[in-house]
Amino acid sequence: MTTETPAVRPPAVRLPGAAPLLVLASVAVMGVLVLLPLYTVFHDALSKGVGPYLAAIKEPDARSAIRLTLIVAAIAVPLNAVFGVAAAWAVAKFEFRGKSVLLTVIDLPFSISPVVSGLVWVLLFGAQGLFGEWLTDHDVKIIFALPGLVLATVLVTLPFVARELIPLMQEQGSDEEAAALTLGAGPLVTFWKITLPNIRWALLYGVLLCNARAMGEFGAVSVVSGHIRGQTTTLPLHVEVLYNDYDFVGAFAAASLLASLGLVTLVLKTVLEWRHAGELSAARKH
Amino acid sequence: MNFPRPANTEATPLSLDIRGISKAFGRFPALKDVSLQAHDKEFLALLGPSGSGKTTLLRVLAGLETPDVGEVRFDGEDFLSLPVRKRRVGMVFQHYALFRHMTVAQNIAFGLNVRPRAERPSKEAVRARVAELLALVQLEGLGGRFPAQLSGGQRQRVALARALAIEPRMLLLDEPFGALDAQVRRELRRWLRELHDRAGVTTVFVTHDQEEALDLADRVAILKDGELKQLGTPNEVYENPADPFIYDFLGAACRMPGVVEAGRLTIADWETQAPNGAPDGAVEVFFRPDEVAFAPPDGAGLAAEVRAIAARGPDVRIECVVEGRVLELEAHGPTLPPGVAPGLALRVKPLRPRVYA
Repeated sequence: MTTETPAVRPPAVRLPGAAPLLVLASVAVMGVLVLLPLYTVFHDALSKGVGPYLAAIKEPDARSAIRLTLIVAAIAVPLNAVFGVAAAWAVAKFEFRGKSVLLTVIDLPFSISPVVSGLVWVLLFGAQGLFGEWLTDHDVKIIFALPGLVLATVLVTLPFVARELIPLMQEQGSDEEAAALTLGAGPLVTFWKITLPNIRWALLYGVLLCNARAMGEFGAVSVVSGHIRGQTTTLPLHVEVLYNDYDFVGAFAAASLLASLGLVTLVLKTVLEWRHAGELSAARKH
Repeated sequence: MNFPRPANTEATPLSLDIRGISKAFGRFPALKDVSLQAHDKEFLALLGPSGSGKTTLLRVLAGLETPDVGEVRFDGEDFLSLPVRKRRVGMVFQHYALFRHMTVAQNIAFGLNVRPRAERPSKEAVRARVAELLALVQLEGLGGRFPAQLSGGQRQRVALARALAIEPRMLLLDEPFGALDAQVRRELRRWLRELHDRAGVTTVFVTHDQEEALDLADRVAILKDGELKQLGTPNEVYENPADPFIYDFLGAACRMPGVVEAGRLTIADWETQAPNGAPDGAVEVFFRPDEVAFAPPDGAGLAAEVRAIAARGPDVRIECVVEGRVLELEAHGPTLPPGVAPGLALRVKPLRPRVYA
């Protein structure tokens, strides 16, 4: 810390003995398990040519599924970004009772099956659910409608932003905020000018992962959706519906959109890791 | 050891008045009934081992911690009722806490740019002030760098410039030299003192390094386990440590058991005049390893046998066995006993022993 020492790169390590074989083996497994399926998705989607592929995407049900997926993500991701920043801020900068409980709750969606994450909303708001009768009486639809899809997605993607920010903010401590306060900045100015810029890249990283999951979520959404074509099917559900109808071109065309989303996410994620490693949490520094 | 200039702060008015501050973190008491005053433009050191509560006290002054009980007044104003941002204290954090996403110039300008619109200086005024401060901390031309591109010493000076930018009523420094290596430390120490004298701001700084505190401060407050143990000029506390802990903490110490009776102090087979105010009965005798006189075996002092010697330039370390205890003593060229070698019997006379019950 005290004096500038020139960065010394350790000499490249030569992999000993059988290591090249192991590398080869993992690349082969990767190829079979990841690249081959990815290839199949695009191959089958385009098996009857570009025309049918585009038609499958432009078809009204498909367009409504895309729109619904975007709407759900557009609501769920900002909600979780705000929640994630607030939770990480509270956990990293303050000591309070129930902190470990909060951390456990944040992690809960990681450890429970997405189907359960969907089912809880059915149990609460479904026709036979806890608030079912009241909701029917007041003509409020949550299950088999957009609010249900958003709720299920929010629950499943809850940890992504918070989990990304907590280690980083803990590592950064709160000295910079304290310094800003002593220099005369108010709490809001301190948050906008100090806290947020310090976590911007990690926040973007978290939002990216959160978004990928929000758009790709199947299990939780499937439970609350009701699979009403053109109304409550998101893109992943649309794929299933078409596949069950033996409409393979349609199913794989929709799947190719999801796969592309995954590829774009991967590229952006890699760029972030490469350009802003220092500003992501320690676990992401390669 | 360097005895600093006599403090002339007694004449100036009181600026900081801390009364009966206590603070506990959970069940751990960090500060216990600390009362302390600082004069205007005084340079005050809070000295203590880690866990002594010195940093907590500094953070109370800054407003970053709220004491459980007690009062802090600054220029007669109730400081505790003011939020951090209204206190106008310049704080330099131990690890500087520079804003990592801002350049050096932006860091220094921060305190000016966040002022309410009516009080905010114009862009040109801010730029001029930043240039002035960069010159003051001898970092001209580095305004465009980011904190990560600076050395430790440079970062520390940026932190200081940033704190000075708001024209603070009081400067608070938390282990300002803690993260620097020895060479840089000594240079910055002198420079900081000069800066303080020029800026004329009441300064409170926290350190665990006794040499630093004694060398730099007008007065030193020594804390231990959350309690203020002694407060005085460096000379006062060094010459008259209030208790064995402080004696030990302020420098190397030799200790021997002794007995005081009727104004006479007896250590082993040697008897001498007891220091003024020494309590009667069994006592612990302390003396500095370099404040001793050596004499031949038939002279006055404690009977000792040399066990080992090590020379380091003009200073010689002499390891002696006295009454079965090993003492590490120091002698300089002229005070070195002639013919000193391992096995030599001699007498060691502490020149200024201090006794504690």
